[in-house]
Amino acid sequence: MSELVACIEGVGVLGPGLSDWNATAAVLAGERPHVSARTVLPEPTALPATERRRAGRLIRLALAVGAQAVGQSGREARTLPSVFSSSGGDGENLHAICEALATPERLISPTRFHNSVHNAASGYWSIAQGCTLPSIALCAFDASFGAGLLEAMAQVAETGEAVLLIAYDADYPPPLYAKRPIPDAFGVALVLGPAGAPGARATLRVGLSADMADTIADPVLEAMRTSIPAARALPLLERLARGSGHAPAGVVLDYLDTARLRVRIDA
Amino acid sequence: MKPVLLAAMTATSALGAGLAATLGALRERRSALAQCHFESARLDMQIGAVPDLDAVDLPAPLAAFACRNNRLAQLGLMQDGFADAVRNSAARHGADRVGVFLGTSTSGILETELAYRERDPDSGALPRRYDYAHRHNSFSVTDYVRRALGLTGPAVTISTACSSSAKAFPAAARMLAAGMIDAAVVGGVDSLCLTTLYGFHALQLTASGPCRPFDVRRDGLSIGEAAAFVLLERAPAGVAPEAILLQGIGESADAYHMSSPHPQGAGAREAMQRALDAAGIAPELVDYINLHGTGTPSNDSAEGHAITSLFGTGTRCSSTKAAMGHTLGAAGALEAVICALALRHGLLPGGLNTHEPDPRLALRYETVNHDLPLRRVLSNSFGFGGANCALLFGRA
Repeated sequence: MSELVACIEGVGVLGPGLSDWNATAAVLAGERPHVSARTVLPEPTALPATERRRAGRLIRLALAVGAQAVGQSGREARTLPSVFSSSGGDGENLHAICEALATPERLISPTRFHNSVHNAASGYWSIAQGCTLPSIALCAFDASFGAGLLEAMAQVAETGEAVLLIAYDADYPPPLYAKRPIPDAFGVALVLGPAGAPGARATLRVGLSADMADTIADPVLEAMRTSIPAARALPLLERLARGSGHAPAGVVLDYLDTARLRVRIDA
Repeated sequence: MKPVLLAAMTATSALGAGLAATLGALRERRSALAQCHFESARLDMQIGAVPDLDAVDLPAPLAAFACRNNRLAQLGLMQDGFADAVRNSAARHGADRVGVFLGTSTSGILETELAYRERDPDSGALPRRYDYAHRHNSFSVTDYVRRALGLTGPAVTISTACSSSAKAFPAAARMLAAGMIDAAVVGGVDSLCLTTLYGFHALQLTASGPCRPFDVRRDGLSIGEAAAFVLLERAPAGVAPEAILLQGIGESADAYHMSSPHPQGAGAREAMQRALDAAGIAPELVDYINLHGTGTPSNDSAEGHAITSLFGTGTRCSSTKAAMGHTLGAAGALEAVICALALRHGLLPGGLNTHEPDPRLALRYETVNHDLPLRRVLSNSFGFGGANCALLFGRA
């Protein structure tokens, strides 16, 4: 069975009641209870003032988790190619465009239009970090975290260099919310490097699997996992939070209807 | 990089359905651009619409996916025996060993645009029949294609605006090289919608008449729609001499502006340089460059500067977008197929509508067709957000 291998050099997390990786790890390791609260999205201070005004919630989410993971890795953001994966676009922006198109005048703001591209967060990230290395933007609906992980790991295999993966999703406003009920924003970022890199937290081996995806025991976190596509990463984050010595060292992550991802983790 | 084989391909655009119609139109130097009469949009611009898409039926089990974008995908899959070639490949390798990597910028957003006109006047709710997942979401087209072809391997939509389906090639090539799959359906499907027509109009990037790439009087792009697919496999040892190979890939980011290219085309140049490096060849060995060439003043200027700084002024170039319009997220795959046709048939397609190539952009812009043997051709794609991708194709 084919596998992709990479090590984790940095982790970023932002979600409901989860303010960063350390807070998330404490919750996932069972050291601290999870306190439900709306996801708090920081100002995108890395962006130039003009772009900062234009950046919506989804972009702020992606930039914030990316910065967390890169900071932890000790690498410079401009040295990392990036993989952005999201199950949808910026819901508020989409809503505003569709509302405008339903009026007789059909006046779309140019900023709304260029922010509507699926790679908006990727574009803002590269501008914020001055990074001219390749950046790709993916979507696989509910399988978007798995698709992003596969792409990022394949990039490490291809180049032997570290890459940044950012998986992120935010809630849609009504009336779209009724058709796509994502309850809140959740983002996860991983800096993935070649196996054996100094300072690595764990080595991942990822292959396709026919098994069912693992779940999270805590019902609130499990509801987060199933309702926000980027939170499909939670079982992996839980294993990382618990560290080595906790069997099993492998985890099955949700991906497509036809395949899941089996991730083997070596500390 | 290790060359990858184009084992099968097809293209459908306003020029026609399938390779013969596409090649015929290029040979006849025919443009399919016409005044915009799409849906209720009455904008002063020309577009390249694929006729009669509403009449394309999806297989009954996949009826939930019915939208303009997936009908265009279905029409494309039916041409040139492409679906059969994929099924044969899946039979050889296993359906779980064939991946699907498709680019789209707007997928089925038209469904949502239309649904917003039918919102409940009291509650604001969308109509009950509206189905976001199957018809609008960016993954919808990839999900449709994998199901229509019976494939169960990795599947993902690449959505980097106008370079979406170009960047589907590196995504697939990486997965092939890593041994995760044995074959990949790569392509792009993007269809007309109000968001792009009114959006590009709002940005004042649409041409008043048909687009005139690299012309001194160019004034914008013309929007089109297309479905183009390629079946990629690892090139076997001793591949046939007439085989077409993907030999080099280069990607970069502008890190400059969301909707304007770097004025000197720094990111574009970097992408082309990386494609040459990946193939291990010097710029002089490229016989033809199929330009991104949208026809907007700033895009063509940036690309022109990038080309002359890397290739000088001697490499033959043209944009084929005046024939069927800028097909946005499908353009990378469509133009990859056009490059493969150019290699296979020894046809360098001259650009249409360009009467006076911009003298400030001193590249060798071809405005007539040339029959000449081509060995290596480069295809450029650049998108909003500064997402650049250059693909180098060659004969074995």
